[in-house]
Amino acid sequence: MFGDYSIGDLGAIFAMQGFAGLILFSVYVLMALGLAIIFGQMGVINMAHGEFMILGAYVTWMTSNAFQHFLPALFPGYFFVAMALAFIASGSLGMLVEWAMIRRLYKRPLDTLLATWGLSLILQQAYRSVFGAREVGVELPDWMMGSWQVTDAIQIPINGMFVMCLTILITIVVAYVLFLSRWGKQVRAVVQNRVMAGAVGINTEKVDRYTFGLGCGIAGVAGSAFTMIGSTGPTAGQLYIVDTFLVVVFGGAASLLGTIASAFTISQAQSTMEFFLSGSMAKVLTLLAIVAILMLRPQGLFALKVRK
Amino acid sequence: MINSRFFNRSELIGFVSLLLLLVVILPLALDIFRLNLVAKYLTYSFVAIGLVLCWGYGGILSLGQGVFFGLGGYCMAMFLKLEASSVANTKIQSTPGIPDFMDWNQLTQLPFFWKPFQSFPFALAAIILVPAVFAFIIGAAMFKRRVGGVYFAIITQAIAAIMTILIVGQQGYTGGINGITDLRTLHGWDIRTDHAKYILYFVEVLFLFAAILVAQFIRLTKLGRILVAMREQEDRVRFSGYSVANFKIFAFCAAAVFAAVGGALFTLEVGFMSPSFVGIVPSIEMVIYTAVGGRLSIFGAVYGTILVNFAKTSLSETFPQLWLFGLGALFIAVVLAFPNGLAGIWGDYVQPRIDRLLASRTKKPSNGGLVADGAPAE
Repeated sequence: MFGDYSIGDLGAIFAMQGFAGLILFSVYVLMALGLAIIFGQMGVINMAHGEFMILGAYVTWMTSNAFQHFLPALFPGYFFVAMALAFIASGSLGMLVEWAMIRRLYKRPLDTLLATWGLSLILQQAYRSVFGAREVGVELPDWMMGSWQVTDAIQIPINGMFVMCLTILITIVVAYVLFLSRWGKQVRAVVQNRVMAGAVGINTEKVDRYTFGLGCGIAGVAGSAFTMIGSTGPTAGQLYIVDTFLVVVFGGAASLLGTIASAFTISQAQSTMEFFLSGSMAKVLTLLAIVAILMLRPQGLFALKVRK
Repeated sequence: MINSRFFNRSELIGFVSLLLLLVVILPLALDIFRLNLVAKYLTYSFVAIGLVLCWGYGGILSLGQGVFFGLGGYCMAMFLKLEASSVANTKIQSTPGIPDFMDWNQLTQLPFFWKPFQSFPFALAAIILVPAVFAFIIGAAMFKRRVGGVYFAIITQAIAAIMTILIVGQQGYTGGINGITDLRTLHGWDIRTDHAKYILYFVEVLFLFAAILVAQFIRLTKLGRILVAMREQEDRVRFSGYSVANFKIFAFCAAAVFAAVGGALFTLEVGFMSPSFVGIVPSIEMVIYTAVGGRLSIFGAVYGTILVNFAKTSLSETFPQLWLFGLGALFIAVVLAFPNGLAGIWGDYVQPRIDRLLASRTKKPSNGGLVADGAPAE
């Protein structure tokens, strides 16, 4: 299958596909970061994660429209406001859901799956009723359009680069919050031993609520970033949910580094194969490979060594 | 076979009332269109019964039952499609004698894995064996390495996603997104007539009761007790010398075969099979049928399937918008408030009152077998 291409062509193909893979990688990392907190740290299977992302995307869409109508001068910078609003919207919805539903189910992880699936159906229908069934796309500000011509054969879209930079930034913030801040230490203490953490004076209920809110908030930011590279519909969240779970599980559920490594492996594998095979077959092969590796190594790529 | 040891009193009542409902009341009360709808719902209840065994009793939540439903359904559909695509029926095609969707996708001869499906005995065997072998491979790979619970659920979900993408992508071999349609006859017997639909309904009810008896048998043998023990304290069962993995594999394979039989009957009932019954969404819906009916009750699973589907049909006919809100709320309500579903409500609240009203003289616990095994650990 390489016969038809010259060496130079192949180099360019791999560079382009590699870069497309990097954008996919950013997407996966953004989706999986929130889930790595909710599923990896808290053990809650949140099937509505995709819908929290879509909420962020709709908030971004509304902000973009509002800026266009009322503040056209500030339109180039609308995205930063939208991102903050998306974080707040998804995060508060997440905290509400935790209070109403999840906190009753910490001892029954499989049941969180069913309950949050119900939530995802409700949210989907809510989006459809409010925003309509059609997909919506935001208008990009001028500075984000166009692409950067590296060589004759290689060009890199600017919105993709922007999403990548955003991903790196968010990852650093999340890692800081989770591993270096005082609050992050409380989160990890609660995750490791809820009773003991409570005994040393940590308000575990509060920590749970804010952790869940943080995970959902990051999902909202991810959704916000998605509007830069694609359009959003009421059921778009469902397309991502399996991929996201696989990324987190493949990386080793409790490891943030594992999540990033697995997102990189999966996205590069899929993007490179996509050029030579049809998109659906590339997807099938990637998913099959992940499932096969998970069968050989159920704890994922980076497993924490803990006594159970 | 049905004696007081096989069914306790309340289960016997449940069995007889289900028998009356399905064999006498529904066929008399409904026209053939509605009866055919019930027949369609009942094919899902095979999946639900399998899930009672594997999820309710074994604690193994599979989110990929749609795959097995689909495998059974596709095996049946392939046989029926080949019968419908005889050379005489397809002479307008560029290659007569192959299914129409293959002709549209420029295939000129029958793919090798379609050929054995020209034989009916092979197709029947495949309906059981293909899903069983597939479930065995997945189960062996997972349970031997002690993957369970949440991880198993996620991986089965991924398998359901893979299966759907594969079926949709390989249009020439599988009929793609439309599936295998336009199925007409079974050994020359037209399955589309009203008369045939009546017969198929009763055949299906027969199979359903066979499935209920098999499931009840599994539940009452030592195997069923070991499943419950594993669900509660897996390590203790392992330390007692049982091979936990093998019991789990068996439960998973049994659930897969139940689902596949349901799928095959589904194909016969509705005359087509498509990837929309294979993926993640239908698989999770099948889990909710079980959850609504009661994950510990075989009869509950059947009632749950009929009720949820009936609600879906009637609500989505009149208020299409409300249906998803209703279904979502149902999921949440069942999980939060009634973990044992309708059967749990019946066993915990309704039946004790009935018993008190009747001033029952028997001293045995009134909730019988439904919740006697305890609530699930998860």
